[in-house]
Amino acid sequence: MQKFRFSRKSLGIPYALYLILFVVAPLLVLFYYAFTNGEGRFTVANLTGFFTDPNTMGTLLYSLAVAFVTTMVCLLLAYPTAYILATSKLRMKGVLVMVFVMPMWINFSLRITALKEVLNLLEGNLAMYPFLNAVVGMTYDFLPFMILPIYTTISKLDGSLREAAMDLGANEAQTFLKITLPLSVPGIISGVSMVFLPAMTNYVVLDMLYNSTYIMGSLIGSYFSAYDWHGGSMIALVLLAIICIFTLLMGGDSEENARGGALL
Amino acid sequence: METKENIIELKHIGKSFDDGFAAVSDFNLEVKRGEFVTFLGPSGCGKTTTLRMIAGFEIPSEGEILLNGQSITELPPHKRPINTVFQRYALFPHMNIYENIAFGLKQKKTPKEEIDRRVTKVLDLVDLEGFEQRSVSTLSGGQQQRIAIARALVNEPQILLLDEPLGALDLKMRKEMQLELKSMHEKLGITFIYVTHDQEEALTMSDKIVVMSEGKIQQIGTPEDIYNEPKNAFVADFIGESNIFNGIMTGKLKARFCGGEFACVDDIEEGTHITAVVRPEDVIFTEPGKGTIDGTVTSVIFKGMHYEITVQSGKNEMVIQTVNSAAPGDKVGMKVEPNNIHIMIAEDHTNVFNADINKAFHLEYNGTVLDTSVTRIIKGSKRMEDGTLIDGHGEVVDIDRTKIQISIRPEDIDMTDNAEEGLVQGYISNLIYKGDHYSYVIHSDLGQDFIVDDEDLWNMNDTVGLIMPVEKMKFAVKR
Repeated sequence: MQKFRFSRKSLGIPYALYLILFVVAPLLVLFYYAFTNGEGRFTVANLTGFFTDPNTMGTLLYSLAVAFVTTMVCLLLAYPTAYILATSKLRMKGVLVMVFVMPMWINFSLRITALKEVLNLLEGNLAMYPFLNAVVGMTYDFLPFMILPIYTTISKLDGSLREAAMDLGANEAQTFLKITLPLSVPGIISGVSMVFLPAMTNYVVLDMLYNSTYIMGSLIGSYFSAYDWHGGSMIALVLLAIICIFTLLMGGDSEENARGGALL
Repeated sequence: METKENIIELKHIGKSFDDGFAAVSDFNLEVKRGEFVTFLGPSGCGKTTTLRMIAGFEIPSEGEILLNGQSITELPPHKRPINTVFQRYALFPHMNIYENIAFGLKQKKTPKEEIDRRVTKVLDLVDLEGFEQRSVSTLSGGQQQRIAIARALVNEPQILLLDEPLGALDLKMRKEMQLELKSMHEKLGITFIYVTHDQEEALTMSDKIVVMSEGKIQQIGTPEDIYNEPKNAFVADFIGESNIFNGIMTGKLKARFCGGEFACVDDIEEGTHITAVVRPEDVIFTEPGKGTIDGTVTSVIFKGMHYEITVQSGKNEMVIQTVNSAAPGDKVGMKVEPNNIHIMIAEDHTNVFNADINKAFHLEYNGTVLDTSVTRIIKGSKRMEDGTLIDGHGEVVDIDRTKIQISIRPEDIDMTDNAEEGLVQGYISNLIYKGDHYSYVIHSDLGQDFIVDDEDLWNMNDTVGLIMPVEKMKFAVKR
């Protein structure tokens, strides 16, 4: 037998093992359950069921709506914040960025519970504004994930590009529209993909806000708690497909994602 | 009428930043239409800050900038008919070459056909025809540089500012671009203001050079003026290689420096303190004893066109460029033709000398260890556990090649009868009464003359020791 020789390739073994164990295998299991029935036979009934069940489709559309509005609100709040933080010459800058990031270090359930009490105080009855509460809860939870990648991208922009634009006759507003904004798109994409996808599935936020509406996450959860592994797996699979398509459409700037992610 | 010819005038311009750092002070300059002006100086001398004030990126703290006689001191950059070529090009990465060059014209709402025509013309000018649709990232450094120049020139600015535009290019490319920029300047007739720290670049390209140091103008003049008639020791040292000595006029057309008495052509009153500059190519070797001074060759470096030979003469070093080789250890004589000695009246009598760093990382001069720490003199440096010294950039300091230049003012030196007490010993070779004090020249045993101000009268030829308090010394690192 040939002796084992340690080479650079051997360093990849732990990663490959990890990949097989925690990514490939679960995916295969997911596929298996999604395309079989209770007796273990192949079927596409789960798939057709998904698209014919008005309940499921309704939840999908509702989740998309929550995720879309949340993402837009996050973007509208985060971009100016990140822009001001990144371009100000304040010496307090680091502290200010910290203030926006700090909520992420406070226990999640504590934050949402506190938010629930505040909303309760304002609205009286939480059940009256389920959609609004869903968006508020998600925005509160995911805002830092939008601010940070945008902040990072704008901070890293070469200041001489803005100066070059002004030198060539562009005023402040034109410089922003033609230089800063287009060049911060990678940060926006990174932030959007970090907010949009979780916002479709993170039903814990809704549960904790006593929100009775269903998003995709809650739907999968309900299938699984009813021991319907096959239906639940199919929903998860469809969601995965949507996420893949979404990411591809956004250009899938994995490098930027990684950089933004590293900061978190 | 005068303002008609001057395209831009800077009047008493000063710039201090929020942290109190004065980057530029009392900067006065007139630039004529069509001139090629270069701001030359070491990094941190304020040349880029001055350029940025002309461009409008910085507002001067003091003074006024006039363009064609109109003040533009506080006009924002987009309203100035001035364009800049940035150090790192600053091409817009999300636009192709056409869009980059057309950016300025589009801001001015120029018709599409006109933009197309001018972009094609300017690409032709920088020798990059047909590059319109290329993306920035596919271009080499030199090509990006040309695009940056094209992007500025297409707007037909009244003044083109260039901030070390060739700094990132390799030597061969830099030489080519220098000539191209020069010919572009001649062809277009636009006023160029160019910033560089490379004296050769400045001498090659400019009509007028502004030499700057520590935020102040040291000299303004043509390249020939600046090279042949430097106004002070800084300019002489910065422009080309120079041997610079402190000295004194010892008679009519006679000056003593570098341990010898030289005939010169500058008629300066006897007893005046001077700075003498001798270019390395102007020193002539003679048989030992037949020249003005003698010395021993310490190093010979072959430089292609010539040899660079360093000769130690007493405590002074003379650098000589010659086509004839010599060997280290050779005894030589040296002389200099009178008209090749450039003498300046020392406006500042500060004594300057070099000290060594010894093995224990103490400062040593004339066999005496000075009571100061080397880590404090070399900014940001620290001693490592393995015994080496690391400077602020994390590089190891080579103590054999690093000298510490010490400067001390004449009034801060005290004389003592007990010569051994002083850091340096010597005899009083000259004294002048200056109204409220005497200015003495001490010819030291090391061969260097020191200038000392003292209120008391000492006698000529007295042997004295010079006491120099460490706390009055200023230090600069020389490599």
